[in-house]
Amino acid sequence: MTAADTHAPGAHEGHGHDAGHGSLKDYVIGFVLAVILTAIPFWLVMGHVLPTAQMTAVAVMGLAVIQVLVHMIYFLHMNSRSEGGWTLLALMFTLILVVITLSGSLWVMHNLNTHMMPVTAHDMQQMP
Amino acid sequence: MASHAQTLTAADADRFHMTEEHHPENGTLLGFWIYLMSDCLIFAVLFAAYAVLGRNYAAGPSGADLFELPVVAVNTGLLLFSSITYGFAMLSAQAGRKTPTLVWLAITGLFGAGFLTLELTEFAHLIHEGAGPQRSAFLSSFFTLVGTHGLHVTFGIIWLVTLMVQVGQRGLDEAMRRRLMCLSMFWHFLDVIWIGVFSFVYLLGALK
Amino acid sequence: MSPDLVKFLFGRLTWDAIPFHEPILLATFAVVALGGVAVLGLLTYYKAWGYLWREWLTSVDHKKIGVMYIILAIVMLLRGFADALMMRAQQAIAFGDHAGYLPPHHYDQIFTAHGVIMIFFVAMPLVTGLMNLVVPLQIGARDVAFPFLNNFSFWMTVGGAVTVMLSLFVGEFARTGWLAYPPLSNLAYSPDVGVDYYIWALQVAGVGTTLSGINLIVTIIKMRAPGLSLMKMPVFTWTSLCTNVLIVATFPILTATLALLTADRYLYTNFFTNDFGGNPMMYVNLIWIWGHPEVYILILPAFGVFSEVVSTFCGKRLFGYSSMVYATVVITILSYLVWLHHFFTMGSGASVNSFFGITTMIISIPTGAKIFNWLFTMYRGRIRFETPMLWTVGFMVTFVIGGMTGVLLAVPPADFVLHNSLFLIAHFHNVIIGGVVFGMFAGINYWFPKAFGFKLNSFWGKVSFWCWLVGFWVAFAPLYVLGLMGVTRRLNHFEDPSLQIWFVIAAIGAVIILFGILAFLVQIIVSIRDREALRDVTGDPWGGRTLEWATSSPPPAYNFAFTPVIHQIDAWWDMKQRGYERPTSGFIPIHMPANTGAGVVLAGISTVLGFAMIWHIWWLAALSFVALIASTIVHTFNFKRDYYIPAEEVVRVEDERTQALRSLA
Repeated sequence: MTAADTHAPGAHEGHGHDAGHGSLKDYVIGFVLAVILTAIPFWLVMGHVLPTAQMTAVAVMGLAVIQVLVHMIYFLHMNSRSEGGWTLLALMFTLILVVITLSGSLWVMHNLNTHMMPVTAHDMQQMP
Repeated sequence: MASHAQTLTAADADRFHMTEEHHPENGTLLGFWIYLMSDCLIFAVLFAAYAVLGRNYAAGPSGADLFELPVVAVNTGLLLFSSITYGFAMLSAQAGRKTPTLVWLAITGLFGAGFLTLELTEFAHLIHEGAGPQRSAFLSSFFTLVGTHGLHVTFGIIWLVTLMVQVGQRGLDEAMRRRLMCLSMFWHFLDVIWIGVFSFVYLLGALK
Repeated sequence: MSPDLVKFLFGRLTWDAIPFHEPILLATFAVVALGGVAVLGLLTYYKAWGYLWREWLTSVDHKKIGVMYIILAIVMLLRGFADALMMRAQQAIAFGDHAGYLPPHHYDQIFTAHGVIMIFFVAMPLVTGLMNLVVPLQIGARDVAFPFLNNFSFWMTVGGAVTVMLSLFVGEFARTGWLAYPPLSNLAYSPDVGVDYYIWALQVAGVGTTLSGINLIVTIIKMRAPGLSLMKMPVFTWTSLCTNVLIVATFPILTATLALLTADRYLYTNFFTNDFGGNPMMYVNLIWIWGHPEVYILILPAFGVFSEVVSTFCGKRLFGYSSMVYATVVITILSYLVWLHHFFTMGSGASVNSFFGITTMIISIPTGAKIFNWLFTMYRGRIRFETPMLWTVGFMVTFVIGGMTGVLLAVPPADFVLHNSLFLIAHFHNVIIGGVVFGMFAGINYWFPKAFGFKLNSFWGKVSFWCWLVGFWVAFAPLYVLGLMGVTRRLNHFEDPSLQIWFVIAAIGAVIILFGILAFLVQIIVSIRDREALRDVTGDPWGGRTLEWATSSPPPAYNFAFTPVIHQIDAWWDMKQRGYERPTSGFIPIHMPANTGAGVVLAGISTVLGFAMIWHIWWLAALSFVALIASTIVHTFNFKRDYYIPAEEVVRVEDERTQALRSLA
């Protein structure tokens, strides 16, 4: 939404704009880290490196979380100072809600599925 | 939370109104960030749908049957490159150099377009094989999640072209730099979502 | 024309979609059409079109947008309440051999439309309207953070309302209940346009709601006057902040969930179907992740209104300000952890049900704390029983009972008995009418003089209040009884004649509420007639405590000639106590956002897009989609969005007020 440039363009530079100004170094570090953190999970899955699929899955998701943090810090320039801390607060709140939505839905629906009577042979195959 | 709004100067101590014009901080970047948070929750629902329904193959193909990881790797690379080129565009914009900004923006747009082309090719291929979004709940949630991300990239490119025209017309004034910053947040945000997509959908889907 | 061409041009829209065979609808249409023609005629006769367009429709003034939201809500209240009366009448007579006057096909649309309209197009616009009107004034701002977005949000809400209203006369509305659960709402069981009307109305309005939420959050965070730290904000501003956080954090979930249902209906995907791995219960799960916070979105601003009203009309600072703030924040967070209590009976098992049962009971604790805060504020206060205070006391009595039946329903084994029964209907009307509606009426009576410069007539206000309070109990106490006897909701015919008396009593209650609504309309008309007698020149008719009462009524476009500086909670009270003198000279030009017609245009195109999608008119859908993108892009090329009110204009307006105040003294 670019529809927001109402209040006096140029009238208040210097406020709250410490957010989001990265340096070349930041971008390069972020990029290199991101490439590494992308290459490893692809290698783990495509090369069947780890003994079990479950271990691979945990490793892939762990690396994904790290890479999300890398992007947040080096590309989105998140820190506790930008916009008086409100962006970080909003992000934390959103992450909590994302976790509630995802894990809650999985928990609720998994419990539902385990309590359902199988109806067809096909459903039977889906039973745990 | 320490914004200048609350800190009173000594002059304010015993007065009840300002005598000069009060300029509140510009809220565009914060507002856009909050919009991104709401968008993040849209993706949360799509991820939740995929997490719950993503193994319901309905006797159809699974991720392991369908996903071609090398293509996904190339796609991921394209998005990553577009992220750093957008970063370069922002650095040029901050330095007030118009032509390099436009060049980097154009390169970013091309990477984005390349990403979309590959994704659409993949979709066409899947649908051609009979693995379209109607085939099973797994494929419904797959197409919707990945497609919604692709739709965001499409709008990002339209927006990018618009901004290139505006930068060309107006140069890099305060308002334009703020708009570029908003698109920057949008673009990097899509990259973050893509990390979730390639890890959770493609890599874990290809595991079994 | 060839049938193919007709199908291309009009999709599935045919003459059959117009309900010529339904006398009720035809009569309604005649009334609406005549009324519409009369309004349009009057506007043309008085040459008011230009005024309306310049001063209201394209206005980015938060006060005018707030007023327009409330007008929209009142209009839609009449529609939604007409639905309620029809249902009550049907249920009062449809026993045994008597089928009543509404066939199921029609009755089902009515209860769906009633729920959708009351929540999305009455309660939401009332809440958003009051927040728009009051919040910038309470924080000493000149407008909201994104004034154009504010105008756009309002028109998107109108677009959604228009879409729902259109379904009355073109096609039909959903017959699925207000949340449109699949598989009933899926293509297999609802192949016609009803559910599509539902989806597109909510999607168009939902965009507006989300953007307005972002807007008000940024307004409250960024635009507070100097000195107004978070813990000095008026409680209404606090509850507005929390409500808007909830809006931004939940409406995307509704949007995404409805989008998945849309995909099922338009692209034949299998999210919520019964086969190919789809799971209808996933929809129920997702929609309530939005749906439960939604009820707090509605009630929190009402809590804010009561807090302002209680402290003003008791002449005391609000008891337990900090605990009020913390209770609001705790409710905000907890409201995300209770959604499953809406479907305990789904069968998710004991562990899941007990978790959500307990979280639901916990959420009543901060709510209870608030009730005690209001009570303790009243304790030893000099209570003035003006209309807003009456609504507040009526709320406290009514809402507490609704809250207790809610805790009762939070016990999973009890819920297995009461789920989907009229007990549930009585419960949520108990909290929504007793909480939200009473709160909004309190707010309208309280802030009306601020918005228009004269008070509302208190006699008719009291008539309205007593009719609502008594009518509510007469209408819904029988439903509690019926629910305990096991009668389920959404039935349009009953076999057991012994139940009839309860439904007759409930219908009488609905008629009493009707008198309450009519008395409210009379109250407004009488007050406009007697506006000179009810005029308030001071800008502070109630002896208020918060900043909105510091400026004139109605406030000038710029709200405050000089931005106030805040030292304490209850800033205006503090100013009055310390002998604050209103500035009468030294005025400077004021920087303001400029009006724009872009919001009307964009929302209009969105509504057309929705209509085209509903009727499968693909060329129109494609065209309006492209037009929407193009107009948005064109709008971004408009960089002239502000102007300065010249100092002379400010001097003129402020001098007028100085004169008026002097003549008063």
